[in-house]
Amino acid sequence: MSKVIQKKYTEEAYAGYDARTAMEEAARCLLCEDAPCSKGCPAGTDPGKFIRSIRFRNVKGAAETIRENNILGGCCARVCPYDHLCEEACSRTSIDKPIHIGKLQRFAIEQEKAFDMKTLKAPAKAKAKVACIGSGPASLACAAKLAREGFKVTIFEELDKAGGVLTYGIPQSRLPQSVVDHDIKMVKNLGVKFVFGTKVGKDISIDDIKKLGFKAIFIGTGLWGSKKLDIKGKDLEGVTTAVEFLKNARIANGKFDPGKEVLVIGGGDVAMDCAATAKLLGAEKVTIVYRRTIEEAPANINEISYVQSMGISIVQNFAPAEILGDKKVTGMAFDGRDKFAGLKLKADTVVFAIGQSAEDMSAVTSAKLSEKGTIVANLEKGKTSASGLFAAGDIVNGGKTVVEAVAQGKAAADSIMTYLTKKEGVK
Amino acid sequence: MAVKKDLSINYLGVKCENPFFLSSSPVGSNYEMVKKAYEAGWGGVFYKTIGIFIADECSPRFDIVKKEGTPWLGFKNMEQISDKALDVNLENIFKLKRDYPDKVMVATIMGSSDEEWETLAKLVTDAGADLIECNFSCPQMTCSTMGSDVGTNAELVTQYSRAVSKATHLPVIAKMTPNVTNMEVPALAAILGGAKGISAINTVKSITNIDFENMTAMPVVNGKSSISGYSGAAIKPIALRFITNLAQHPEISKVELSGVGGIETWRDALEFILLGARNIQVTTAVMQYGYRIVEDMISGMSHFMDERGFKTIDEFVGLALPNVIPADDVDRDYKVVAAINDKKCIGCGRCYVSCFDGAHQAIDWNEKKRRPKVDNDKCVGCHLCLNVCPVVDCILPGEVIWKKDRKPHDVKLKKFYE
Repeated sequence: MSKVIQKKYTEEAYAGYDARTAMEEAARCLLCEDAPCSKGCPAGTDPGKFIRSIRFRNVKGAAETIRENNILGGCCARVCPYDHLCEEACSRTSIDKPIHIGKLQRFAIEQEKAFDMKTLKAPAKAKAKVACIGSGPASLACAAKLAREGFKVTIFEELDKAGGVLTYGIPQSRLPQSVVDHDIKMVKNLGVKFVFGTKVGKDISIDDIKKLGFKAIFIGTGLWGSKKLDIKGKDLEGVTTAVEFLKNARIANGKFDPGKEVLVIGGGDVAMDCAATAKLLGAEKVTIVYRRTIEEAPANINEISYVQSMGISIVQNFAPAEILGDKKVTGMAFDGRDKFAGLKLKADTVVFAIGQSAEDMSAVTSAKLSEKGTIVANLEKGKTSASGLFAAGDIVNGGKTVVEAVAQGKAAADSIMTYLTKKEGVK
Repeated sequence: MAVKKDLSINYLGVKCENPFFLSSSPVGSNYEMVKKAYEAGWGGVFYKTIGIFIADECSPRFDIVKKEGTPWLGFKNMEQISDKALDVNLENIFKLKRDYPDKVMVATIMGSSDEEWETLAKLVTDAGADLIECNFSCPQMTCSTMGSDVGTNAELVTQYSRAVSKATHLPVIAKMTPNVTNMEVPALAAILGGAKGISAINTVKSITNIDFENMTAMPVVNGKSSISGYSGAAIKPIALRFITNLAQHPEISKVELSGVGGIETWRDALEFILLGARNIQVTTAVMQYGYRIVEDMISGMSHFMDERGFKTIDEFVGLALPNVIPADDVDRDYKVVAAINDKKCIGCGRCYVSCFDGAHQAIDWNEKKRRPKVDNDKCVGCHLCLNVCPVVDCILPGEVIWKKDRKPHDVKLKKFYE
């Protein structure tokens, strides 16, 4: 009998460190002269510095370093693909294995919360008004940076809660809502205002926002359009998309029936999240079917291992052929990549996790869009084709990591400040 | 078959199956404890110090010193001598000797006057102890007529050693306090009074940590604390130094030395033996890990003897002593520059940081390649880099370079590092 992971939907996947175990891990750090880990973080979270702080018994200093550099330090600690970033750069790898940087970051942020630290402050004197559209990672990072410089920022959010993909896209087992809320509290503490239930392009237009006195506008709306393969049966009852599936599960906070036999189509982190969610919510059988191999899959190997440790199977090299069923889905047929094998699986739920697409952005902005419908903007600066209009995160990069969205949101904030100083003469 | 060697020693005329003893402390406080220790393999015990005085202990009474993730680098205790009635302790000694005749029972005693010392010496002799140890060194006694205050007073040491020696036919051992500048003084005083053996060291007076909650030292006893004895791995270097001083003294070297202070492994024990101690005493490591640690002392020491071809422990008692010499006799004619193995180097730059900030700016750092390079002209051969490098065998002693106008000669160098 294999010991598979069995947890509740709202239960955390991994335990964190306490003061002792954090120190044991920090003591493994070589405290390199040049801290390649710090160079490995897109958002500049500076692990080299915060790990040294933990090692020298200055956990509050560690939390300050993280928070000052990365407003979403708590969320990034949970969802960052470290193995491609800071941990990949870790020198300790040459001896045995990298420092668990993400876990140390999580520890420091947990201490920040325990001590109710208020690291970031906004200046008393207010500067111009800036609007951010969407309340996901890019917008939050952009808003926080601007607020720290004294700009009056308002975030417009379509849904009832802030966080975007953090709140509606990633399962709680990987990213508890309390962690998201704590990070967002830091943004709120800077005086950033949130307007909920307001979809820009529907409830309010960009022109309306400008008329309200906002001198620059940032768009960080993410990718919420769903993709389904255009195959027979795609509209049957029980066929859904990752965006819908994860969002509904998050909103229901675990009181959600995923179906008995669930098929997840895809090979990215989102596919892994869907499969884990289905299993955690009580699905009897969960199978991921991916058209290529695990080696070729974009998902982080840790997420792949995690779903496998839950007893979820990943079928490789099979592409969807058709979805079977009358009104409601009953199964699915696949074609082998080798043009020989065939596969038929029973299912009452089919989740397409084959990437997200942009919603119709032409309703929102006149800025130039790509063929895929994303906004065309400079990744380093967040400048769009429209004056005073900036964009970053998934809606520009086509769907990357949270930490990259943070980095680009921060960069866009710099551009906005430069723009406002030059064009509007804001001081 | 597991390697097993004859580890027996003759300690002050008493045959011991091995040199590993519990030192006088909580780890040998009653019948059940000593029984378990004997059965685990300890050669003998120095029974928890017996006095006329019965200790009234505080709570809590211990604290530890940590470094990074490592606890118990050092250990502070505020315990005094036995808190049991004299007759209970005497009965325990009697029964233990009766039930375990081949194990060695050393009665450690402490009095506060000639009469008390004599009485205690007679009583433990009658109870069947093999040897008597006089505790002149506990730093946390509640009255100044006992403990380490006595150990720092040569006249009192002689006086009490004499009182005990006269009251018993058993060999007497004096346990020294390290809270002195020259331990030779109290050691000679004890020998003058008739002591046939010296144990060193007892605990070092200490304050381990300050508690920011109560603004006092640790451990916190009703908001207060006091200076008291420090033991464990952190004090081993201090103990080894004192043992060396004693063993190199022409008079003191004639008596038996028992090494105490921070011993956890067979290697620690061996270090004391190589510096002239025949007998070994342990407490702190037992408090942390239990009596079972003696198994690896016995096995590890056997393997060492097997590897080196030693048949008995006596063959290597004091073997390293001639090689510990005064600082002005050390060869200062050359330097051994550091040699960095580029293939093993992982590019952390720790050697560069330490050499610059803590030594002679003799390592250049290639930022692009992330590699250090030693400048042999600037390198003074201090080997700070070798000690900070986290990679095994990456930095090792390299070329021997003779100072100007010094005549090259054969030198013995260390080649292997762990």
